Amino acid sequence: MGMVHDIEQVDRIAEKLAEAEQIKGRSLWQDAMGRFFHNKAAVGSLIILGLVLLFSLIGPAFAVWSNEEIDWARMGDIALEGRPSIATGHYFGLDDLGRDLFARTIQATRTSLMVGVIGSLVAVLIGTLYGAVSGFVGGWVDGLMMRTVDILIAVPYMFVIILLLVIFERSLFMLFVGIGILSWLDMSRIVRGQTLSLKNREFIEAARAAGVGWFVIVRRHIVPNLLGVVVVYATLLVPGMIMTESFISFLGLGVQEPNTSLGALISEGSGTILRGTLWQLFVPLFFFLTIIISLFFIGDGLRDALDPKDR
Amino acid sequence: MLRFVIRRMLIAVPTLLILIVISFFLMQLAPGGPFTSERVLPPQVLANIQAKYGLDQSLWMQLWTYVSDIVFHLDFGPSYQYKDRSVNDIIAQGFPVTLTYGTISFVVAVVVGVSFGVMAAIRHNTRLDYAAVGFTFAAQSLPNFVMAPILVIIFTWQLGWLPGGGWNGGQWQYLVMPVIALSTSYMASIARITRSSMLEVLNSNFIRTARAKGLPDRTIIWRHAMKPTMMPVVSYLGPAFVGMITGSVVIDMYFSTGGIGRSFVNSALNRDYSVMLGLTILYGALTIIFNLVADVLYAWLDPKIRY
Repeated sequence: MGMVHDIEQVDRIAEKLAEAEQIKGRSLWQDAMGRFFHNKAAVGSLIILGLVLLFSLIGPAFAVWSNEEIDWARMGDIALEGRPSIATGHYFGLDDLGRDLFARTIQATRTSLMVGVIGSLVAVLIGTLYGAVSGFVGGWVDGLMMRTVDILIAVPYMFVIILLLVIFERSLFMLFVGIGILSWLDMSRIVRGQTLSLKNREFIEAARAAGVGWFVIVRRHIVPNLLGVVVVYATLLVPGMIMTESFISFLGLGVQEPNTSLGALISEGSGTILRGTLWQLFVPLFFFLTIIISLFFIGDGLRDALDPKDR
Repeated sequence: MLRFVIRRMLIAVPTLLILIVISFFLMQLAPGGPFTSERVLPPQVLANIQAKYGLDQSLWMQLWTYVSDIVFHLDFGPSYQYKDRSVNDIIAQGFPVTLTYGTISFVVAVVVGVSFGVMAAIRHNTRLDYAAVGFTFAAQSLPNFVMAPILVIIFTWQLGWLPGGGWNGGQWQYLVMPVIALSTSYMASIARITRSSMLEVLNSNFIRTARAKGLPDRTIIWRHAMKPTMMPVVSYLGPAFVGMITGSVVIDMYFSTGGIGRSFVNSALNRDYSVMLGLTILYGALTIIFNLVADVLYAWLDPKIRY
């Protein structure tokens, strides 16, 4: 290796460094965003989910019938006259009682999306705090908190939700709370694991040395650093919540008339198959599957974008 | 190993007791007693009924009677709605049905799922692999309450091959749709987990060594790769079991198979608390026992677990 060669190399490195200085630094989140938007399936799903959301918001503007009106003229022969049609204004046909399925689907989509989002928020809030405290405090507190989770996780929670719903009167609020407070368990485990790996880092030590209390450290330093994992898991939680709610509503134990959800509509539709009114099943099913599948893809995309393991 | 089993049981037993106690108190929170009806009963009659069911005793006494009856006599008490039937009768009638198609579904999900996963992994990046991946992805978003009506549309309404519901002593025609509806999404998950686990194992050093020794593929897969591949699968069996036991309620409702699921939903709708409580405990006990078995199986598979 000659001298000249070395100098040339140093020059090249210097040039590169100068270039690098002009490039703006990218944050973790910008990086993740970039990766996410390169994932075609995830972006497509995001757009589709956005369309479903838009439909549930502005759909009523296009509806000819409201979700409560009964089309007395056509309810006598739903299999024949209640078909989806533009002319009658029943774009998705009639349901079993002669109500407009278009309006009912909008109502159901709203409920299902709401359950998914609110349920996840409750689960995320409880799970993150619980897991972060457990992991950060450690010792016997951690042992006790995690054994509690072990015990609760072994209970088939669907039955407990149903028990809660029956005992505390079936209401949308109870459904949100029931699903939320029983779904934070996995979240707390994941968060605890992450917290354990965070808590011995230098910046936490610095905070501790500065005399910051443990709860403030958890809230200000641990929780923000958990955000990536939490976001990914929360996205994957939403379809699970929607499925749980649909499951309960399918059994007729969930939302009550006049309110409805996609699960309740699927239940109604699946009960009338043999009368040949298949749209009553396929319309809510289409929305259900679209929402679930696009949420899966978005969650997958976010995981690929935010998971530090795959970098 | 024995010590591990005992230690796990020491967690399982209190879990079950906690489940019983919590469910019992939840039931006490319910508005109105089991015999509050629109028709006002004369106080003497009400007192007699309450004495018959032991409701005049203190709460702790009731709890003790309830728990000890279950623990020592496996007696879940009477139904509050049907005077002539006990919770045990309901379980004795419906549980064999649920157990039959549940077990079949579970075995089908595991056997078919694992075979699919292994095949896809061995033929990595071939058409078979892509087909398996596509299938698992689609099937995962088809929960039992979606599968069930779709199957009825295809096999009963269109083709007319299978009866749309009923049980008929468990004849195979009546079993096909419940089993497919219940097992599909779990089969898909098991296939996906097996595939990725097998791929990871096949890339590890000890498999390379085995190949270098010139062992035939079949020996490598079965003798060396299978056991470590199964570890994540076994840890998924617990959640899968919970999911299937929960799903059986939908199957019992939709296919009218006569299992305990329908009794559960009816008791929830009729507020027949004792039946609901008994069945919740039964479902919970099954889950806890199965999780115990899965944990022991996992400990046996994983040499890293020290007990």
